[in-house]
Amino acid sequence: MVAHFLRLKLTLLGNTLRRSVWQTIGLCIALLYALFVVGSLVVAAIAGGAADPLLTGHVITLVGTITVLCWWIVPVFVFGVDQTLDPQRFTTFAIPHRSLIAGLAVAGLISVPGLATALAAGGSALAWWREPWLIPVALLGSALGVVACVVGSRAVTTALAPLLESRRYREVVAVTAIIPLVLIGPAIGWATEEIGALSRETNGGSVTVTGDGALLTAVLARFGELAAWTPFGAPWSLPVAVHDGAWGVAAVRLVIAVGTIALLWLVWTRSLAKALVNPPVGGGKGARSKGLGWFDRFPATPVGAVAARCTTYWIRDPRYAAGIGVIFLMPLILWLPARSSGNLELLLLAGPVVAWVLAFSVSNDVGYDYTAFALHVATGTSGRADRWGRALPVLVFGGVVIVLVVLLTLALSGRWDLTAPLLGVCLGTLGLTLGVSSVVSAALVYPVPKPGESPLKSPQGAAMATMLAQLLAMLVVMLLALPLIVLGIWALASGNPLVGWATLVVGVVEGVALLVVGVRMGARTFDRRAPELLQQVQAFP
Amino acid sequence: MPGVRHCVYVVVMTHQTGPGGGPTDHAPAAPPDTVTPATRPASPPDPAAALSLRGLWKRFGQKIAVQALDLDVPVGSFYGLVGPNGAGKTTTLSMATGLLRPDGGTVHVRGTDLWAHPDQAKATLGILPDGVRLFDRLTGLQLVTYAGLLRGMDRDTVAERARSLLAAMDLAADAHTYVVDYSAGMTKKIALASAMIHAPRTLVLDEPFEAVDPVSAANIRDILADYVTGGGTVIVSSHVMDLVQRMCDHVAIVGAGQVLAAGTVDEVRGEQTLEDRFVDLVGGRTRAEGLEWLRTS
Repeated sequence: MVAHFLRLKLTLLGNTLRRSVWQTIGLCIALLYALFVVGSLVVAAIAGGAADPLLTGHVITLVGTITVLCWWIVPVFVFGVDQTLDPQRFTTFAIPHRSLIAGLAVAGLISVPGLATALAAGGSALAWWREPWLIPVALLGSALGVVACVVGSRAVTTALAPLLESRRYREVVAVTAIIPLVLIGPAIGWATEEIGALSRETNGGSVTVTGDGALLTAVLARFGELAAWTPFGAPWSLPVAVHDGAWGVAAVRLVIAVGTIALLWLVWTRSLAKALVNPPVGGGKGARSKGLGWFDRFPATPVGAVAARCTTYWIRDPRYAAGIGVIFLMPLILWLPARSSGNLELLLLAGPVVAWVLAFSVSNDVGYDYTAFALHVATGTSGRADRWGRALPVLVFGGVVIVLVVLLTLALSGRWDLTAPLLGVCLGTLGLTLGVSSVVSAALVYPVPKPGESPLKSPQGAAMATMLAQLLAMLVVMLLALPLIVLGIWALASGNPLVGWATLVVGVVEGVALLVVGVRMGARTFDRRAPELLQQVQAFP
Repeated sequence: MPGVRHCVYVVVMTHQTGPGGGPTDHAPAAPPDTVTPATRPASPPDPAAALSLRGLWKRFGQKIAVQALDLDVPVGSFYGLVGPNGAGKTTTLSMATGLLRPDGGTVHVRGTDLWAHPDQAKATLGILPDGVRLFDRLTGLQLVTYAGLLRGMDRDTVAERARSLLAAMDLAADAHTYVVDYSAGMTKKIALASAMIHAPRTLVLDEPFEAVDPVSAANIRDILADYVTGGGTVIVSSHVMDLVQRMCDHVAIVGAGQVLAAGTVDEVRGEQTLEDRFVDLVGGRTRAEGLEWLRTS
């Protein structure tokens, strides 16, 4: 039965690859990347084993802990990661429970992350090459760790499946998932800063962090010891305990590791049994809203209607709402490095970046509509109405948001003298990027998460084409924004108010002009190609 | 049924050998290179017809979805388009309504060339496409309003018609529910309402009764029958022969991207039921042989 599942999984993979060249290329790149990462990890483990096996053991425990946590947590947020072997699809086959679970577990390893985890876990055992008798112990630990990864991820997703089925929950989760992701960078910066501070305390004024290996070793060993007692770290720490000759400790950790897996297995079996007889159903009565919302507030014209619809989507569609979340976090992200470096002018970057992100996020608006775009084609909506309708909400609401961000960053940095040039750069960026977006979104569409899917999920195979298209459009934006950037930097450097005012004037004029030109060009392309756009959208995988 | 197959072939031949290259007021239809010789419109498009298709071609990669399809839908008719899965019904209707550009051939809506003057032609068409999503983050009322406003109607008319349409579709209670939370049948009904808000002269409905419950389907049939009585034209595609035979006055049977038979329902079915006639024309019925082991007694 397990062999059946393996073959099914490989056949499914093969068939998707046969369907699309891009997917094959994507998979190859992912595999190469994974091999590279695994290879460097194994080399690092071997090198570490030569220098200091015990410390390496602690590091492996820490990395293993993080890996297990990722396996458990990520699928909850990035739902729909791998539904090829959704247990629901096997309901009608009357497969014995045990076989189903064993098959699903093994098949769960057949994926790029699965293979990479297994290989890296196996390779990490080589860290003990100085004491070969420990290698089997390490391999046992690694195997337990990998099993904990796979079984845990399945147990968590299956147990939470009833929750994940509800649309509201999915939307909330999808939006909140963005926040920790965005904060990873600042968090790492903060952590190194704290460790640096710690090292300064212990070393009495020494500033180098890398210099004091003793501290780092102590920190790693402490955290490694701590993680070893958690269900996530226990399996990986077996060889460390055995190496120390602490057989009692090793036994307890083995019990923790095996017990965790047993418990997860039980949870998985129970929730799967429940899920199989309770197939997902649409979650009762849906959300309601009063009146016509934005359709009452915008003028009753085609342009106004498109603008009202887009505004509604900016608020109601988590794919857009996630973008808004990033925008509000932007000043915060810049705040931490600005504070730690003492260079508060860094904060002023927030305004232009927010302007650019907001205006560029509509560069694939038709792709976001997906096949709902058929309504625009069926009603014969003119390119003018479609383009202006999509651009206006960004211009109006984005304009307000940007002015607020500019005022906030000016207040925080205290550089009120830069008000005029900064506003010029921001408004110019907003206008010209919107113009480029209007042309781009009428000329090419590329696959994005479909309505209702996680904003974090990017469709397979789309990656390369998407990146290329976005890169090209970004390049155009950069080129067009060049005069503005130069003027802005000049104003910043010279402090000449005249240059500042010139920047404001140039920004507003260039922004308006390029917006109008872009919308006109986009409208012409749209009028010519609307049915082709629809056909492209319908061909999305 | 090889005889019938042959008969179909003859129909195609008449197209090819008929009055050569009828007059056309547009770029000549350039069918893609295929094994079939180039066909030219056998007759000029009928300017009086609600919908007049001539020599429509469409291919997707290797597969020819629609080939040299001619069809006239008279004004005021309730026209059924039936055919097996993959016969090209949706492709044909998409090309006939401006959603999909044909590789060759013409579409005329009451004498207006749709692909030359799409805005003018689309203004008189109400379209319910199959297999596309809706802007489902809007409420039912918002969606219908959106469709009306996109058509350039004024706010009061849109509001009044949206209310009566939702009432007619039995969706008044769910007017403020988001479409994403609608059932499949409700989604069909709200899409239908969006297609009717601008009082089109012709309604083109692709599988309008799919997933719709019997009571709602009966209501929709009444609405459509009233609409036809009032001078409107309705074209529906369907798999359900019984429904088409009862509801429509005209029918066209489509198979392998071509019209196999077209006319009034009585003409097409002759002495048979429409379903039998359909199976005769399309073929593909197999006798359940070799399944003896399936018998449980």
